[in-house]
Amino acid sequence: MALAPSAATTMTNVEAVRSTLYDALKHDPRTLILGEDVGARGNVFLITKGFLEEFGPERILDTPLAEASIVGVAIGMAMEGLRPIAEIQFADFIYPAFNQIVGEAAKTRYRSNGDYTCPLVIRTPYGGGVHGALSHSVSIEALFYHVPGLKIVAPSFPADIKGLLNAAIEDPDPVLFLEHKKTYRSVKGEVPAGHYTIPLGRAEVKRPGEELTVVSYGYNVHQALDAAARLADEGMSIEVIDLRSIRPMDRTTILASVRKTRKLLVIHEDSKFGGVGAEISAMVVEEAFFDLDAPIRRLCGPDVPAMGYAPTLESEFMISTERMADAMRELVKF
Amino acid sequence: MAKAMSAPAIERCGLSDEQLRWMLRTMLLARTLDNRGFQLNRQGKIPFATGSEGHEGIHVGAALAFRRGADVLVPYYRDIGLALGVGVEPFEALASMFARAADNSGGRQFPNHWTKKSSGILSISSIIAAQCSHAVGAAYAMRYRKEEGRAVLCTFGDGATSEGEWHESVNFAAVHKLPIVFLCENNEWAISTPRSHQMAIADISEKAGGYGIPGVTLDGANALDVYAAVKAALERARGGGGPSLVEAKCYRFLSHTTDDDDRTYRTRAEIERHRAQDPIPRFERLLLALGAIDEDAVAEMKRGVLAEVNELTDRVEALPYPAPAELYRNVYEGSHEPWL
Repeated sequence: MALAPSAATTMTNVEAVRSTLYDALKHDPRTLILGEDVGARGNVFLITKGFLEEFGPERILDTPLAEASIVGVAIGMAMEGLRPIAEIQFADFIYPAFNQIVGEAAKTRYRSNGDYTCPLVIRTPYGGGVHGALSHSVSIEALFYHVPGLKIVAPSFPADIKGLLNAAIEDPDPVLFLEHKKTYRSVKGEVPAGHYTIPLGRAEVKRPGEELTVVSYGYNVHQALDAAARLADEGMSIEVIDLRSIRPMDRTTILASVRKTRKLLVIHEDSKFGGVGAEISAMVVEEAFFDLDAPIRRLCGPDVPAMGYAPTLESEFMISTERMADAMRELVKF
Repeated sequence: MAKAMSAPAIERCGLSDEQLRWMLRTMLLARTLDNRGFQLNRQGKIPFATGSEGHEGIHVGAALAFRRGADVLVPYYRDIGLALGVGVEPFEALASMFARAADNSGGRQFPNHWTKKSSGILSISSIIAAQCSHAVGAAYAMRYRKEEGRAVLCTFGDGATSEGEWHESVNFAAVHKLPIVFLCENNEWAISTPRSHQMAIADISEKAGGYGIPGVTLDGANALDVYAAVKAALERARGGGGPSLVEAKCYRFLSHTTDDDDRTYRTRAEIERHRAQDPIPRFERLLLALGAIDEDAVAEMKRGVLAEVNELTDRVEALPYPAPAELYRNVYEGSHEPWL
């Protein structure tokens, strides 16, 4: 299997996850992957296809169908010096593991006063727009980003996936690594060759602009970039920031942009109430209130339990590029 | 597996007088520290204590079977004798009660929530059965690295076996034939809920059958029975024989914690009935019968333990609390700030 490219390669998001995991297994014998159907099936998105044959069942573990112990066992491995990469098959299935993530992994270093650490990565596909109905569409970041001791990453481009997944695997603390399903095969991009990391907690300006700052992450970033390009044709200059990391979060990049454009729109697919946008808005008001020329606007998923299976219900939940363009236009003109 | 080995016919299990006396002293030390915790609480010197009275036979039996420097212990919060037996110092137990800066958790954890990597004791929380999957992961790491001669000892109470995570953990270990021993300290009470409300079976060891591993039930007030069963189970695990479940029945003599009042849910008569089987006097009588110790030496041992605990209590009480700034340390490696 020749997955590690020798020069920059164009790949999809799902290929970037696969190739980064492959390289980690190849180069660090402490790493192993455990989760449901990651072995012979090669993961439900075929991310680990062929890994079982190459790395063996000791490193590619088809676990019993029990999410709490997938994370719990990985915590024990991490405390004993391994670098486990646990997979929750869909983010919607992570709830049984909530205690292990929030109560155990995030507190291991703290409660032992540094005697033990928990260098663990939990990867999970999240997000909607893929006909996933109630239990294969959810966004979970707001449930976890409140938790000190945990780090959360949600990249949207293949090159960022590689750098951030490498950083997550090498990080000495537990990292929840979120992969938006709708970007798995719809997003392609250049991925630099060789090993590199991108520091956790650093956002990136994906499109520079002067009149409005848009902060987003995941699938929405791609839509926001489309909308911003469309509005450029109407003569508007919009800056789009991809958060990439949700905890820690990059205050420096957000504030520098807002102080320049003086307007902020936060976009996320996750429900609005108590979501990531609430924290960003509060931070900007605390730090840069007098730099603002317009009220902060949040364009987010609705506050309902889930998106429905019917296409009408799903698209009503998801934020369309048109709605993003409308919100951007209104704010620029405010 | 261990039915035969739990037979009380083995009088001293091949243990030397010195080992037997160590067991008695460790039991006395655990009991004295337990009492000290409750006394300090009633004196208003510490806000909370939890005791293991009645569990000491299990603790020292299992501790002697534990291989220091090789095995890993994943305990729960009613394991003071086991912790002392595998390497926690009485000073550390008191530092945890007093929540002093010198405590292994830096004064963060409740008393009896051990962490001591240098002795192979994993960090635990208070969440029932949450540590069981960590124990399984640690056992997996040993097997993955082909570390022969090591095993994990994972302990928990009867209530823990109601938790889904307990079942997930035993199953995972069984599927992978991991080097781990699950030791249930069945004291009949989960705070105020009796075993009969937790499960419809009398012996928790029966649960092992559902996972294809051996299970054994024994009298946890008999420290030598516990030693023999846990030793056999650990040796089996270290030798690649896979996991097993040892159920040691005992009785919780004290309320759940200093914040509990067991008069609201159980009778004094029931406690007295079980106190008649107190593992410590029972072990003391056994040692006297075996000639491993004499009456004078027992009295001297008790005086010595009390003097040690008294001296340490004064010493630890005089130590400082953690500085407020310690609150911000060890959230992550580096800064605790959520914003960069």
